[in-house]
Amino acid sequence: MLKITDLKVAYGGIQALRGISLEVPDGKIVTLIGANGAGKSTTLRTISGLVKAASGTVEFNGQDITGKPSNQVLEAGIAQIPEGRRVFPNLSVLENLKVGAYLRKDADGIAKDIEWVYQLFPRLKERYWQLAGTLSGGEQQMLAVARGLMSRPKMMMLDEPSLGLAPLVVQDIFKIIGEINKQGVTILLVEQNANMALKIADYAYVLETGTITREGTGLELLNDESIKEAYLGKTKAAK
Amino acid sequence: MQWIQQNLPYFLAGISVGGQYALIAIGYTMVYGILRLINFAHGDIFMCAGLMLVYLSASLPFYVSIPLVLLLTVLLGFTVERVAYKPLRKAPRMSVMISAIGVSYLLQNVALYVTGGLSKQYPAIPWLSDTVTVFGALTKRVTIITPFLTIILIVLLVLLINHTNVGMAMRAVSKDFETSLLMGIKIDNVISVTFIIGSFLAGVGSLLFFSNYTGVTPTVGAMPGLKAFVAAVFGGIGSVPGAVIGAFIIGICENIIKAMGWTTFSDAFTFALLILILIFRPTGLFGEKVTDKV
Ligand SMILES: Nc1ncnc2c1ncn2[C@@H]1O[C@H](COP(=O)(O)OP(=O)(O)OP(=O)(O)O)[C@@H](O)[C@H]1O
Ligand SMILES: [Mg+2]
Repeated sequence: MLKITDLKVAYGGIQALRGISLEVPDGKIVTLIGANGAGKSTTLRTISGLVKAASGTVEFNGQDITGKPSNQVLEAGIAQIPEGRRVFPNLSVLENLKVGAYLRKDADGIAKDIEWVYQLFPRLKERYWQLAGTLSGGEQQMLAVARGLMSRPKMMMLDEPSLGLAPLVVQDIFKIIGEINKQGVTILLVEQNANMALKIADYAYVLETGTITREGTGLELLNDESIKEAYLGKTKAAK
Repeated sequence: MQWIQQNLPYFLAGISVGGQYALIAIGYTMVYGILRLINFAHGDIFMCAGLMLVYLSASLPFYVSIPLVLLLTVLLGFTVERVAYKPLRKAPRMSVMISAIGVSYLLQNVALYVTGGLSKQYPAIPWLSDTVTVFGALTKRVTIITPFLTIILIVLLVLLINHTNVGMAMRAVSKDFETSLLMGIKIDNVISVTFIIGSFLAGVGSLLFFSNYTGVTPTVGAMPGLKAFVAAVFGGIGSVPGAVIGAFIIGICENIIKAMGWTTFSDAFTFALLILILIFRPTGLFGEKVTDKV
């Protein structure tokens, strides 16, 4: 279980997180929704050790990982799929997968897991030799997820996986996220596509300018009028 | 036949000096590829390698002093990065450049102090410095050895970059620091490896270069350093094969110009070439479009 307590982060003078607390129980899908600049990416980047917290703690399975360098966070079992996919364009698909397993030493296990992610994403198998920079946006997102899986994480954090993708591809990605979760990987999903995210999530938090303003089960928030208005693109007039 | 006898030495010298430039150029291009930093101190590390052999070979046999020089050169490159560049990892790139210029002058001045400003005679390394005859032309054996040794080292390097885990990490880091961190890559180690490889090759380059041009002065690194840098820009800075091809082209062209009797202009040619590249093809032969790193 991931447990964040009163986390504060500032960039220079700008407060990006003003003391947020949240929990991601084992085996669940938890989503964090919010508008541009709310602090969603900052939350994930702080967990991963890319950004230092001003105060507050991040615990994973009872272990304090606040301020730990990224490689130790990854070793603890948390993988992040960064916003905008960020596959390595100059590496082949297969090499991107291998980089995902960079910290692992078990060559046999790695080979097996490459087959495993190929099953999840058959497109990647067809294109294993191709430079990742030449993949389509959807394929790159799949590669980014697959690369994240290659570390065999206990928990995967996805930062706006639907960004810039066609609706059908978004559905594919969300289906895969569900499937990965069923295979036992805990999910922390950051999204602006609140509709999709709330449908798939067991529990959800709403982040507004660095503060958590709402929380509840996915269903609760999905049916909440104010959430509908702010995040689901349904104004009262349109109804 | 006479034409060959007259011009072959120039051609051989061209390939040979091209190989030496190549070995230095790789240090520039790899460091640029990963840090977007022009390591102005690289030519001086090359000079230091030359000086170290001058002093070490005075009291040690070559089979000890040569490996020792390579080791110390690697250590010097590693230390320079850790002390002068690593603390500036998050600083603006200009600060790192200025730090590099500072290191360059520091090394030159330490060398000035140690040598007293006198040109030091580079020792004649047996076998390497022997004179041999190729198609009737007299030359040092090092001239013949250089291109082959260069090619072998470069093939090994390319294999390392393309087919090992550390090479894969280098390519990943050169594109995206943050995502590399997320993969668990220890960026500082990868950067150190880059400096170690660059310094090692500059060390090998110094053995070959100074066996030909026997005087070592505190500023002797500047010219070959600059030319290797031009070679790296010519080939497309960041690209290892580009730097190598650029270095051979520059080495050969310079010596063709010398063969035509215009020796005075051979250096000018190289820098004119630099200006032309920067105007007409700033990304060089194999360079990628310049994108600023996030
Ligand atoms: N490196 C940085 N330096 C300075 N300010 C930053 C930096 N990164 C983020 N911020 C600021 O912190 C706040 C939160 O940014 P963050 O990227 O976490 O938002 P987000 O919720 O992920 O937004 P989006 O949905 O647009 O990705 C914003 O006001 C942003 O301008
Ligand atoms: Mg974001």
